[in-house]
Amino acid sequence: MSEIKIKVNQLTRVEGHGNIHLEATDGKLDRVLWEVTESPRFFEWMLKNRHYDDVSTISSRICGICSIAHTTASLQATEAAFNIKLSEQSWLLRKLLYDAELLESHVLHVLFLVAPDFLKADSVIPLVATHGDVVVMAVRMKKLAYNLAEILAGRKTHPITPVVGGWAKLPDIEALKAIRERLDKAVDDAETMVAVVKSLAPGIPAFDRPTEYIALKDNREYAFITGKIASTDGGTVNLNDYAKVTNEFCVPQSSSKYARHKRDSYMVGALSRFNLNADQLLPKAKKAARELGLKAPVTNPFMISVAQTVETMHALEDAINIIDKLLARGIHEEEVKVKPRAGRGVGIVEAPRGMLIHDYTYDDSGHIVSANCIIPTGQNHLSIQKDFDTLAPTILDKPEEEIRHTLEMLVRSYDPCISCSVH
Amino acid sequence: MKPRVAFFDFTGCEGCQLDALNLEPDELLGLLGAVDIVNFREVRTDRSDEYDIAFIEGSITRESEIARLKEIRERAAVLVALGACACTGGINCMKNAYETEELLKGVYGDCAAYYDTIPTRPADAVVKVDAYIRGCPPTTTEFVKVVKSLLLGKKADLPNYPVCTECRRAGNICVFQRGGTCIGPVTRAGCDALCVSAGRFCWGCRGLVDDPNLDSEKDILARYGLTIDQILEHFRIYNSCTEATQCQK
Repeated sequence: MSEIKIKVNQLTRVEGHGNIHLEATDGKLDRVLWEVTESPRFFEWMLKNRHYDDVSTISSRICGICSIAHTTASLQATEAAFNIKLSEQSWLLRKLLYDAELLESHVLHVLFLVAPDFLKADSVIPLVATHGDVVVMAVRMKKLAYNLAEILAGRKTHPITPVVGGWAKLPDIEALKAIRERLDKAVDDAETMVAVVKSLAPGIPAFDRPTEYIALKDNREYAFITGKIASTDGGTVNLNDYAKVTNEFCVPQSSSKYARHKRDSYMVGALSRFNLNADQLLPKAKKAARELGLKAPVTNPFMISVAQTVETMHALEDAINIIDKLLARGIHEEEVKVKPRAGRGVGIVEAPRGMLIHDYTYDDSGHIVSANCIIPTGQNHLSIQKDFDTLAPTILDKPEEEIRHTLEMLVRSYDPCISCSVH
Repeated sequence: MKPRVAFFDFTGCEGCQLDALNLEPDELLGLLGAVDIVNFREVRTDRSDEYDIAFIEGSITRESEIARLKEIRERAAVLVALGACACTGGINCMKNAYETEELLKGVYGDCAAYYDTIPTRPADAVVKVDAYIRGCPPTTTEFVKVVKSLLLGKKADLPNYPVCTECRRAGNICVFQRGGTCIGPVTRAGCDALCVSAGRFCWGCRGLVDDPNLDSEKDILARYGLTIDQILEHFRIYNSCTEATQCQK
C-alpha cells in the first residue's frame, strides 16, 4: 500500500495563516483540505457605536496590504448611508489613490510572492543575486506606488487624509507633477514586468476548472470602485442586494466564512474582472493582454497573476490619465459637508484580490448600529477548495514534493488575504 | 556570522511586516547584506528555528499564541515588538470591551464553536520584550533606526515625550483649537505628528508616554469644553489594553 501524506502548516508567501492537508492511498485521494487557521478579530463588533469619522480609520486596519480598499469601501458605505455625493475632484483623487493600491499590491504579489515559485526559489531574496535587475525594478515600482499613496493619503498603509465626503488635505500640485514623470517612466518597468511574466508563463500548470466569475461592472470604465455586481453566469445585482450573491456560511476547517452563489463556488479577483470587463482595459493594458495571450474567458486559476500583470499596466495608465486631468483642471479647496442620518449604506470595491463589501447601519447621531464586512478571500476559499478537489486526483502520480508545490502555487495564485478574511 | 533575523506574525493585519521592508532598493539590499533573514513566512518559504533577533507582529488573542510566543522568546536573544498590536495590543483590544461569548455569538452565530479567541493582550503581557517599534504602522525610518541600534548592540534612542512637541515643530494648528479631540498630548512621539499634519488628529497609536501629564490633559478638557467620554472614544481605539480594568498582564 502506498500512502501520500502532505501537511503544509502555515503556507508561506501569502498574507495570513492557512494550511494544506492531503492524504491519498494507492493513488486514490482520501482527502484534500484548504484549512484557514488565522485568529478571528471581530471588527464587525469593534465598529459598533463608533462615530462615522473614525470608522474608515478602524476598518482600514482589517488589512495591511489592501488598507486603501478597506478605507474606500468603508467611506463609500458611510457616504451611501448619509446620501453624500462626492465632487468630481474628490472622486478623481479617490480613483487615483485606488490605482496606487492596485499597483503596489499586484507588483508585490506577482513579482515578490509568486515569481519565486517559477524560479524554484524559496523567496525573492536569492533572486537578488540571480535576477538583480528585475528585483530592483520590482522594488522601484512598489516604492513608486507607496510614494503616490503618500502624496495623496499621507501614507500607503492605513491612509490618513481620505474622509467621509472628501479629503482632509489635498495633494500638492508640484508633487503630482513630479510623480507623473515617474509614472511615465514606470510604463517601461511595467513592460519589463509583462516580459518577465511571459518568460515564466510556460511554467504555469495546465489546469482548467470553469466556475462562476463575479466582479463589479460599470458601463463607463473597467470597474474598480464603481458599478454593480455582475456574474459571468448572467445578470447584475444592485450593491444593496449583495447578500443574494455572497450567501455566507461557515465550515469547520476554516476560521473564515465561505460564500457560494449559482454554482458550487465562485471566484472574485483579477481573473474575474478580466473575464467580465476585458474590453474596457486601457490601450497599453490591452496590448499587454495580447502579448501574454490572455483572452476572456480564462478558466485556469493559475492565470490570476497574469491578469494582475495586465491590471498593473491598466492602473499605471489610469493614474497618468487622472493626474493629467487634475493638472488641467487645477486642485481647489472644497468644503466637506457631512450630515449624518439614520440608515444603511453599502460600499463595494474591487480590492486587488476581489470584491470587498462594507455594509453599515447608522443611528441619527452618526454612530454605527451594526456592521458587516465581506472579504474577497472569504469568497474565494470555496473556489480554492473546489480547485483542490478537481486538481489533486490528477496529480497523485507525481512526486510528493511536486504535488505539495503545485497545491501551494494554486493557493498562492489566488493572492489570498487571510488576515482580511477572518476580520 | 551575520545576525539571524526572524519575523513572526500573530493576530493583526500584517501591515507592519511589509512596511518594515518598504525601503529604497539600496537600503533593502544593504539590510539584506547586514543580516540573514531566516524566518519570514510572508516573504519566504524556508524556515529556521535558529535565530538571534525575533520581530513579533500582532497581538495575542488565542491560548495557542501564548505558547508559540513563549517558545520564540526562549530561542531569541533579542525580542522586538513590531507595531501597535504587539507593543500595546493595538486596535484588537477594542474587542476586550465585550464578553468573549457575545463576540463569538454576535459575529459567528450558530458557528461560534468553530472559532477560538481570548481577550487581547500585547506581547509584553506574555513575555519580556527587549525593544519596541511603535505605531500603526511604524515608520520605516524608526524600523531602520532600531535595527541599526540592535546590530550595534545599543539601545535605540527613541522619543518619550508627547506628539504635541513634534506637532508644534511641524507647524500644525492645534487640533483642539480646530474644535476636534486629539490624543497627542499623552501619546508618545516619533511619527512627526503624521496624522495631524495630514489634516486629521492623533489617535494615539504609539501608546502613552511613560509619564503622561494628566493634569494638563484635564486642563485641555476644561478649556475646550470637552467631556471625558469624547476623549475616551478616541483613546480606546488604540489604548483599551492599557486601561487597568482591561489589561490582562
